[in-house]
This record gives sequence, structure tokens and C-alpha cells, in this order.
Amino acid sequence: MYCDECKKRPASVHLIQVFNGHKVESHLCEECASQKSGFIFDPANQFSIPNLLGSMFGNFNVQNVPTTAVPSICPNCGMNFMDIRKIGKLGCSECYKVYEQELEPSLRRIHGNSQHLGKIPLRGGEKVLIKKQIEVLKNQLQDAVREEQYEKAAEIRDSVKEMEGRLD
Amino acid sequence: MIIDEVLNNSFVKWMDMPEGDRDIVVSSRVRLARNLNKIPFPHLLDGNSGEQCLERIRQAWQNADNEVLSSMDMVTFDKLSTLDRLILAEKHLSSPIHSDSNLPFKAILVNGDGSMSVMVNEEDHLRLQCLLPGLRLRECYTRVEELDDKFEQNLNYAFDEKRGYLTSCPTNVGTGMRASLMLHLPALQMAGQINHVLQNIGQLGLVVRGLYGEGSEVVGNFHQLSNQVTLGQTEEDMCNYLQTITERIVEQERLLREKLQTDMKYHLEDKIGRAYGILSNARLITSEEALTLLSDVRLGVDIGFLKGISLASLNQLMVEVRPAHLQKRVGKEMEPVERDIKRAEVIKEKLTRVK
Repeated sequence: MYCDECKKRPASVHLIQVFNGHKVESHLCEECASQKSGFIFDPANQFSIPNLLGSMFGNFNVQNVPTTAVPSICPNCGMNFMDIRKIGKLGCSECYKVYEQELEPSLRRIHGNSQHLGKIPLRGGEKVLIKKQIEVLKNQLQDAVREEQYEKAAEIRDSVKEMEGRLD
Repeated sequence: MIIDEVLNNSFVKWMDMPEGDRDIVVSSRVRLARNLNKIPFPHLLDGNSGEQCLERIRQAWQNADNEVLSSMDMVTFDKLSTLDRLILAEKHLSSPIHSDSNLPFKAILVNGDGSMSVMVNEEDHLRLQCLLPGLRLRECYTRVEELDDKFEQNLNYAFDEKRGYLTSCPTNVGTGMRASLMLHLPALQMAGQINHVLQNIGQLGLVVRGLYGEGSEVVGNFHQLSNQVTLGQTEEDMCNYLQTITERIVEQERLLREKLQTDMKYHLEDKIGRAYGILSNARLITSEEALTLLSDVRLGVDIGFLKGISLASLNQLMVEVRPAHLQKRVGKEMEPVERDIKRAEVIKEKLTRVK
């Protein structure tokens, strides 16, 4: 017997739904049945990493974040936080900003209380690179002052100023 | 076409094992996940937006002035048969999930020897990988980073100062890097210590998976070890850490191999001899049995008990006995039983020829 919906795949699910007291029976394949009833057939899938992650977002959300603070959807990709929780994946790079508060606890749980220390792209990461260089220069400035090398300190101060100017 | 070369030749770079300390660490891989800024992640792409995203990546690839990139071929998945996509996964050039799809905006870039490949629109827009034989994590990273630099010149990556490279799944955010090593650990298994070792690894912030990554079973004593955390450490530190832990495991495996050779010489050689006997005489053999016995034969080669078989040919055989490769060889779809017959033939031919 073929599936009532797609008429292509063999029917393997006997679905009985009751609408206002009327019983509707259908014979469906797993794919159509899951779309129709929202029932998940693959038990392995329920314990997949994205799903487990999704449930992690959920718990933290309930405990730590006032639900009123949750914006309904990401303006860039249209994902809402419920969807993210469900599939354990974000919709786009902007979701990281939009749902920053909600994501924070689970990111901390996955990665520890950490800040990115790895590679920085030259493109798009210019500002980060400049900030890092400024940090290095400021340390050198302190060393120079401590060693009373004021001329060198003045030079470093000027380059810090110049770099800070580039940030604006 | 480079892709035809890769599909038709069962040998790819990671199988190459010239000599030396390459018996326990089979291969090294570094993979970087990258996404385009503000473009929805692949799971939200449809035909149109997917095509646009693919086009940007194609442009970036074509415009990059780089030897490695120009030695690569790009193929979209609607142009490859299901069998060919599985071939790529069996060779570890694509992931099983990626190979499952035939959408026209999913694609792969690959070079002639299969050492460099890029999955386009898998879980992330770009997944760049370098896969080499033996313990060569640092080289893998250097090579994949070069590729990353070239793509970056023409693409706006999704990057955040605090979170690093932004990925579709938050488990990869930060460096977006997954470094993995494929280890063959039969002595730890025989000594009953493997579970203990693997449990401890979990506590060290590393993950252990089977031969084909996430969700795959451990067969033939092959374990894939990789970093779990991707944020808060530099790529170099992550590679060094993984390497240090691996060196300890290798040390332990080597120690146990020596012990087995002295304390249980006859048992060990009997096990290896029987495995060789079955493999060279079986008329029907399942994939799982073949991989299990090939593990014993591999150990026999490592300890010098079996002569005349190279590790490279065993690596190749491990992939040649997988379902898609068998069907590609015969040129038609086969029922499981037919595959078992063909598998036995292929193994026999290879083992008795080299002997």
C-alpha cells in the first residue's frame, strides 16, 4: 500500500486522528506522517547533539532569563528563539547579537567562561587587530615609563593615539 | 577533471604511509568552520538564497590567486550520483550528512590527492579541511589556514571580537576548529583497558568518535580523537594539547603491544594468523567482520609478524571494502549479499597478491 499523501513511498504508519468527534484514518509513510502529526519517528534523532543542545538553551532560558526580554524574531534571518531551542542551531551570524543574553549561559557551559583567543580575520577583524596592537603598545608604554625612557614613551604614546584614531 | 580522479582512484593522500612512526596514528585532520556575515546559515537556505551563497563562494575561489585553490575542483551535489557522494564520505573527504543531500547549492571543493577539501553549505557555509597521514596536526593547520586566508580575502566572514568565528552550532564557535586524529588501538582493546582510557579522555575535554565521525560506531579498533572546546584557546594550543594527550595514549598502546608480544606471543600470533586466514579464504564477508579482522592483520604488520603487506595497502583496503566503493568498482547497485561476495573477492585478491 502506498502513502495516502505523497502516493510515492510505501505506507508504514496507520494514523488515527479525531477531529470534533470524527475519526479520520490515514495510511502514511514516515515522512508525511511526521509532517502531519509532528511525531518524530527516529528515536536516535531525539538524542542527537543539536537536540540535546536545544534543550540546554531551554533550561537556561527558564531559569535565568526573563522571557519578556526575548525579542520575538531575529530581524536578519527571521529565526525565533523557540526554533533555535528546537534545532540547536542559530539562524545567522546576527542571531549571536540578538540572542546574546539567552545564549550566554549555554556558551559558558559548552566552552567555559571564555573569550576568543584564536585567529582573527584581517577582513572584518581590522578593529580587533588594532585593539590588540594597542594593548601591546600600552604595555610597552608602561615598561618605557618604568625604565624612565621618556622619549621612547612619547613615541609609543603617539602611535597609540594614532591607532585609537583609526578605530573611530 | 580532478573530481573524477578522486572518485575513481581509491587511493587518497591520508592512506599514504611511507615508513616510520605511523602505525598507531593513522591520520591527522584539521577542519575550520567559517560562515559569511549576515547570510543565513545553510539549514535556512532555500534554492534561491542557497544559489547566491554558493555563487559568492565560487567567486571567492575563482578570484583567489593561490596555487592550492587553483588545483582544486568544485562540484555541486546535484551533479554527483548518490553513489559518488557516498564515495567522498567513505574517503573522509565529505561528511556522511553532507553526502546525504543532492541539493544544487551543496558542493565540495577537492584537490587531486584528497589532502585538501572544502565542504560548501554543509552545517556551515564553509568547512575547510586538510587530511594527512600520520601525526601531522601542525602541518594540517598551516595548510588549512593558508586556504582560509585566501577565502577571507574575498569573503566577509561572520566574526565577533568576543565569540570569534560564528558558526551555525554554538559548539563550534570561537576558532571553529576541529582537530582530529585517527588512532588504531588494538592492544588497549585486547588488554581490556580501552574503555578506561576513553572515559578519562572525556574528562580531559576531548571527544572520541568512531571511524566515520559523529554518531558512527567504533569498528576495527579505530578511534577518532578530537578537541571538544573551540573557544578560549588558540588553534596552536588546541593542536598541541591534542597531540600531547595522543602521545600518551600511543605510548600506552606501544607498551601493551610489547607486553602482548612477550607474555602472550602464541595467543597474539594465533589471533593474527586466523584473521589473515579468514580474510584470504572467505567467500562472503560483511563490512564489520572485514574491518575487525583487518585490524588484527594491521597489528600483525605493525609488529612484523606478517611480512610483505604495506600499511598503505591496508588503509586503502579499509575504504575499498565499504559499500559505495564496492558498487563503484562493479559499476552497479548491489544487494548486501552480493556486496559481501564482492568484498571477500577484493580482500582475497589484495592480501594474496601482496603476500
